[in-house]
Amino acid sequence: MKETYYNKEDLKKFGQITEWQKELGDKFFDYYGSVFKEGALTEREKSLIALAVSHAVQCPYCIEAYTSDLLKKGVDEEQMMEAVHVTAAIKSGAALVHGVQMMNQVNDKLM
Amino acid sequence: MLKSLKKQNHKLSSPEGQIEVLDDAEAINIPAFKDKISDIGLLPLKPTSIEIFQVNVGKMCNQVCAHCHVDAGPDRKEIMTQETMQQCLDAIRDTDIKTVDLTGGAPEMNPSFRWFVEELSAMGKQVIVRCNLTIILANPKYNDLPEFFKKHNVNVVSSLPYFTAKRTDAQRGDGVFDKSIKALQMLNAVGYGKKGTGLKLDLVYNPAGAFLPGDQGTLLDQFTKKLLEYDIEFNELFAITNLPVSRFLEYLVKTEKYEDYMNELVNAFNPMAAQGVMCRNTLSVSWDGYLYDCDFNQMLELKVNAPSHIQEFDIDALTKREIILNQHCYGCTAGAGSSCGGTTA
Repeated sequence: MKETYYNKEDLKKFGQITEWQKELGDKFFDYYGSVFKEGALTEREKSLIALAVSHAVQCPYCIEAYTSDLLKKGVDEEQMMEAVHVTAAIKSGAALVHGVQMMNQVNDKLM
Repeated sequence: MLKSLKKQNHKLSSPEGQIEVLDDAEAINIPAFKDKISDIGLLPLKPTSIEIFQVNVGKMCNQVCAHCHVDAGPDRKEIMTQETMQQCLDAIRDTDIKTVDLTGGAPEMNPSFRWFVEELSAMGKQVIVRCNLTIILANPKYNDLPEFFKKHNVNVVSSLPYFTAKRTDAQRGDGVFDKSIKALQMLNAVGYGKKGTGLKLDLVYNPAGAFLPGDQGTLLDQFTKKLLEYDIEFNELFAITNLPVSRFLEYLVKTEKYEDYMNELVNAFNPMAAQGVMCRNTLSVSWDGYLYDCDFNQMLELKVNAPSHIQEFDIDALTKREIILNQHCYGCTAGAGSSCGGTTA
């Protein structure tokens, strides 16, 4: 039997988190809705950022939600993949930049 | 090339087969569309007026698009006769209907297409042609269509599902994108889509899959920018939702996306969009002269609640009729709404 902690159907139930703590849940969704409204950035730009961040936090629900959202917004495959590469570049860069710490340690420890 | 559902003897090629799937709302746990319309006080749904006379002059087409709600293709032989066209002309001559919207299949493949356009133009009607673009290049006899359209000031409305070859070709067939770009350049060359010419070239975007179209204005910005890379200009972009009818319904059922898609449509139900659905100002005529509330009801053979053949055209009865609704109507009321002229709200 195929069973995972992640269930695709759970994405549809996201709104139900307000049932156990309405005040905080409502505040979250109000905030969330405001964040993604057109502002200094367009809705399209915010969705592309969200897609990239979804990959960074490795949230399958977010990846599905923002892939669907970007398809609706008419964004093409190349643009979506470039957003994912931004994530990959930052994540790999974040690992590599710690190499300086390693170099510092090595330089400190060696004669 | 793909065969039409009809050629395949597919169950969903028949209106009865499609309605059987659509009518089973309980199986996918969605409300009846009529109840939704009743909830917002619009039942019975009535026309506001009849402004657009849409004529499907035949199901023959040079393309076999994966989402086609007409199930059109080269193997479809249904074609409107000149006699039926004459009946259409006689019916609308002394009415306030100002716009005649010609569709198909590829309407240009009807042997009497040019005669019909000339007669409508002479009558002072504004003619819209739903041109699939590739027809202009399909055969030398169609190469002069841009000049013909220009001569009669036809409003050309062309499907271009997307501004990349991958998504366009996946929906409409290999090579369609490149041919469409060439055809758009030919239309631009005679003045279509250019400022100051008055020659209108509009594009139709519909999603290449089981999702809703996004904001029409945002899509217009992207199409404008991307098509300028090919030196193409156009006027409007109409964002249209794919309705669960014919080949798109078959795609949804086959890929097990039907339930999710219908739920998405229901969840996106917009009362404002419902106010402006196209069946309230449009009448649709089939290749064999029958009258329908819209092109989709035509494909499901849900004839108007009034004398239903062009020979018995009765504008008063048609203006007072009750529009026939079914579950596919959710497609026109989702989000910003959908009609042949794009969003409705």
